[in-house]
Amino acid sequence: MTQPPILDVRDLHKRYPGVVAVDGVSFSIAKGTCFGLLGPNGAGKTTTVEIMEGITEATAGEVRYRGAPHDRRFREEIGIQFQTTALQDFLTVKETLELFHRLYEHTANLNEIVEVCALEELLARDNRKLSGGQRQRLLLALALLNDPKVLFLDEPTTGLDPQSRRNFWQLIERIKQQKKTIVLTTHYMEEAYRLCDEIIIMDHGKIIAEGSPAELLAEHFDETILQLPAEDFTASADRFPFTVLYGNGCVEMSIRDVDEAIKQLQQQGISLQRLEIRPRTLDDLFLELTGKELRP
Amino acid sequence: MIRRLLAILHARNMEFLRDRSSLSWNLLVPILLVLGMAWIFWEDDRPLFKVAILGQTQQIDRGAHPFLSTRHIHFYTVRHEQEALHKVSRHQIDMLIRLDGIHTYWINADSPRGYILEKMLLGSGGAPLKKAAVSGSPVRYIDWLLPGVLGMNMMFSCLFGVGFVVVRYRKNGFLKRLNATPLRAVEFLSAQIASRLVITLTSVVLVFWGMGAFLNIRMDGSYLLLFMVAALGAVSIIALALVATSRVSSEELASGLLNFLGWPMMLLSGVWFSMEGTNEFLQAIAQLLPLTHVLEAARAIMIDGYGWAHIAENVMVLVVMGAVFMGLGAVLFKWRADS
Repeated sequence: MTQPPILDVRDLHKRYPGVVAVDGVSFSIAKGTCFGLLGPNGAGKTTTVEIMEGITEATAGEVRYRGAPHDRRFREEIGIQFQTTALQDFLTVKETLELFHRLYEHTANLNEIVEVCALEELLARDNRKLSGGQRQRLLLALALLNDPKVLFLDEPTTGLDPQSRRNFWQLIERIKQQKKTIVLTTHYMEEAYRLCDEIIIMDHGKIIAEGSPAELLAEHFDETILQLPAEDFTASADRFPFTVLYGNGCVEMSIRDVDEAIKQLQQQGISLQRLEIRPRTLDDLFLELTGKELRP
Repeated sequence: MIRRLLAILHARNMEFLRDRSSLSWNLLVPILLVLGMAWIFWEDDRPLFKVAILGQTQQIDRGAHPFLSTRHIHFYTVRHEQEALHKVSRHQIDMLIRLDGIHTYWINADSPRGYILEKMLLGSGGAPLKKAAVSGSPVRYIDWLLPGVLGMNMMFSCLFGVGFVVVRYRKNGFLKRLNATPLRAVEFLSAQIASRLVITLTSVVLVFWGMGAFLNIRMDGSYLLLFMVAALGAVSIIALALVATSRVSSEELASGLLNFLGWPMMLLSGVWFSMEGTNEFLQAIAQLLPLTHVLEAARAIMIDGYGWAHIAENVMVLVVMGAVFMGLGAVLFKWRADS
């Protein structure tokens, strides 16, 4: 990491009665990066992020923002989109934006935020009548109103349909271009792979892997997956020098040399019409690291 | 700070004004209450029917005079002669009796109930008492009741109007979202107090004006002073609600706590009847309740035309209560439901 960290998390612990939510977590976030915290529900990522935001107090450890502990300046310089947030009833989108806009000393141009978050058509609409995707765009706009240096997004696309999720990713990519530091928690691996420069993977309150998505995959995997429908795999698995796994109506083969593997399959008379080749993903990595699926 | 406070105040006012059902009930309930009371007591302009005995203890020696054994008369003791005489002049006490020193009784010469009581006293056969007359126009029960009903409505509006809103905001996470901004607890709480104050005072003024004209309510004192008492009372009760709900995120618990505060005020603060002559312990409890001081001051202004000097003690108590409750509310305040 060449730049000094904008956020530095040191030996963070959070204990609730009978539960250790965060267990000695340390990492640094460089200015201008998109940093992802990945893990299944209950891994401790939201608690970690809320301690970083200053919303929750740590049992032990500390979070330093630009080299110093949190102070009142911190609240002025961060934007937060929580996993779930209720808004005031009977207010329109415009009134809600204006309310939050007036809570900050330093603010971004409201019209620009409306344009970035594609809220122009929704300004007169009652908060309660927004769809899931529209609501997430409004919550993102609220997080951007103070032109934050650090933007915290806690599972911003959970519950959205695929189209809304992709639209939301495009918004985040636009914000990334402004060189803002983004801290993103998610359990969608595709989201992390697409948006994050650096990630940590958490489980049971601990970090189990960290690095860039590409680095992590390269570090843990040198294989590619070949996938065939089970009925097409007509040969015996022990005829091949690679691992063959059966499951969900498919056969998966972990391959180092794809060309060689394809030759061997053809020699055994297996049809490759429906063969799929895919690289290893963060989902695979999580499965490899923890022995369980990432998504709940 | 002021900008943030005004932003929250404006948003809360918009939320309230657009919630038609809530708005309607806030205006309708006090009107219905006063109309109901007016209907019940329309034919009944009698002043309160009471006989006070001057004495230092609550115990009445029934053997001191046969009149004291008369049934269907409420006898009770009072300590301060001047205060009691003033009430006789206002027909709030029908007869005042002194049985130590020179045995004396006072009645209002214009009071029919005083006249009847005098006949009963003279016919009771005991030692003769010296008669002393007091004059003054009567106070109708509705004149006495209106401040009580309006005060009670104001009290419930302040308790539940603020308490439930804060609990709802905490439960649904809106407070957590506000906590992620530079907004301070004291700014949020001040905005809630200001918002409910505006709503409550507007409602009270409208109902007072409408019902006052309709029922020809007695108003002998300063409107400005009365408004100030109502505002101070509302602030202290709103702040009390904020203390009670400062850490609560369950509407059921909030309802219980707010009722726990509201009902003693409704029963002990003198909404429906004077606490005079009741158990001393209950009277002491009543003095700890902000509504008691609001009603004492409001009636002193409206019925007796008293000015600042007479209600200063009530006003000071309300100021202290408001400040203490606001301070406590800000210290105890919790933004989140789960922390």
